[in-house]
Amino acid sequence: MSRLRGWSVAAVAAAGTCGCNRIQSALAPAGDQARDIGTIWELMLWICGSTYLLVLVALAFAMLRGHGDGHRVAGERTIERGLAGWVLLIAGLLTVLTAASFAVDRRLHATPENPLKIQVTAKQWWWQVDYLDPDPSRHLTTANELRLPRDRPAEIQLRSADVIHSLWIPALAGKEDLIPGRENRIVMTPRQTGDFRGQCAEFCGLQHAKMALDVQVLEPAAFAQWRNAQLAPATSPVSASARHGERVFVSAACALCHRIRGTSAGGVSGPELTHLASRRTLAAGTLKMDRGTLAAWLADPQAHKPGVDMPAVPMSARDREALVDYLMGLR
Amino acid sequence: MCSRFRTASAVALAVLLLAGCERERREYHAAPTQAPGTQPRLSTLQPGADQATPASAIGRHYENNAYHVSQGSKWYRWFNCNGCHGNGGGAIGPALMDARWRYGGSIDEVHASIMDGRPNGMPSWRGKLTDQQAWQLSAYVRSLSGNVRKDAVPSRLDGMRSTPPLTQLPELDPEGDDPSAHTVPQP
Repeated sequence: MSRLRGWSVAAVAAAGTCGCNRIQSALAPAGDQARDIGTIWELMLWICGSTYLLVLVALAFAMLRGHGDGHRVAGERTIERGLAGWVLLIAGLLTVLTAASFAVDRRLHATPENPLKIQVTAKQWWWQVDYLDPDPSRHLTTANELRLPRDRPAEIQLRSADVIHSLWIPALAGKEDLIPGRENRIVMTPRQTGDFRGQCAEFCGLQHAKMALDVQVLEPAAFAQWRNAQLAPATSPVSASARHGERVFVSAACALCHRIRGTSAGGVSGPELTHLASRRTLAAGTLKMDRGTLAAWLADPQAHKPGVDMPAVPMSARDREALVDYLMGLR
Repeated sequence: MCSRFRTASAVALAVLLLAGCERERREYHAAPTQAPGTQPRLSTLQPGADQATPASAIGRHYENNAYHVSQGSKWYRWFNCNGCHGNGGGAIGPALMDARWRYGGSIDEVHASIMDGRPNGMPSWRGKLTDQQAWQLSAYVRSLSGNVRKDAVPSRLDGMRSTPPLTQLPELDPEGDDPSAHTVPQP
């Protein structure tokens, strides 16, 4: 029995350490908005925690004090005064909490100056990310990854193409729902470079859990470089196998849903693949991006993410091999 | 006596409820299917044209499953069937929500029309749609004119609709003048 208890404690402790990974944690803020939320979280924790302790102390006092002789209530005035002070204290603390919550809320919804404008569209079960620009030729569409420059506020318009989703990148900002037919917005100002993770935070169907967003905060120069590289059309395949793979892609079912700029594949229902191999994950964080997982994914998407709209497109092993060669070259 | 009756009713109710599971069982992996090789019916003047073509087992299977019909409605929008057939109302291409079928209205014939294409504009989708997608799409196309079981059609569609919801289409026999569309009842 005691052994079981030991194991349970160890298991809980192990589960607790998962939160130490700073990639997806609201307790390790890496942006202004997350820091504001972190501040109010700590304020609430301290105020509510100490109030709870005070309540426990009062309870212990009442229990230890005993019944007395049953008629005389000792120290009536002291208790009255104590209670009045208690009510005042609670009212004051609640006022502090309300004011802090109001102030933080205002800061979260403030309109930033010169923001980077992005549009995120949630679909079952992936994220489409559009970097907006007044110049249409610099409009960039990508999927399942969000790269942001450090120290520049990003204003993200949130849309949904099917059901209600919610975007949550705990290290950078709070949650905001993506609602079909409506446009929400969220602002995040990253202050630290690094890798973070976003996750859909509103149950949106069977593969809700496998709907992650790979977030990277880059130095402004590195971000500009990445954005320019992404704006270029797909690199032309070099090897004979990759060239065959490109033919397979545009002539098979792939091209009906996916777009690769620079080829005739122009589908818009599925994720944009122009620079697929430059991403770090596949299928919205389901798999790590490499040659083997890509081949496995193409062979049977339903085995990795049951219910996803991508079908296993029947093709010969040689064609699939060539297709993987081609896609892995889309850097 | 009473308690036995109660148990029996409970069991009967549970069995009834189980029957409901089948209609939206989600099959993500389609077994590879052989195209039935249905001959399109081009004219009612050919011999035997007035005889019913039984729907194949696989066609019935897709038609009776809510998940497949609903996926079909998604493909209908994704692959731009709307571009020619409107929201079932027709525009460049023929309407799909009326009772007339130029090339036969059974699910196998619709599937063949999608896969092989038809003269005057309907492209062949063979190799562009997977076999399962084509069956799902065919089931949805048939539901547009009220030819799919009411408990299998989606009650809410994501696309624009020009008719009442599919579950509330009037109870009429839209295939009354099209013998080839009749499915032979299962024995």
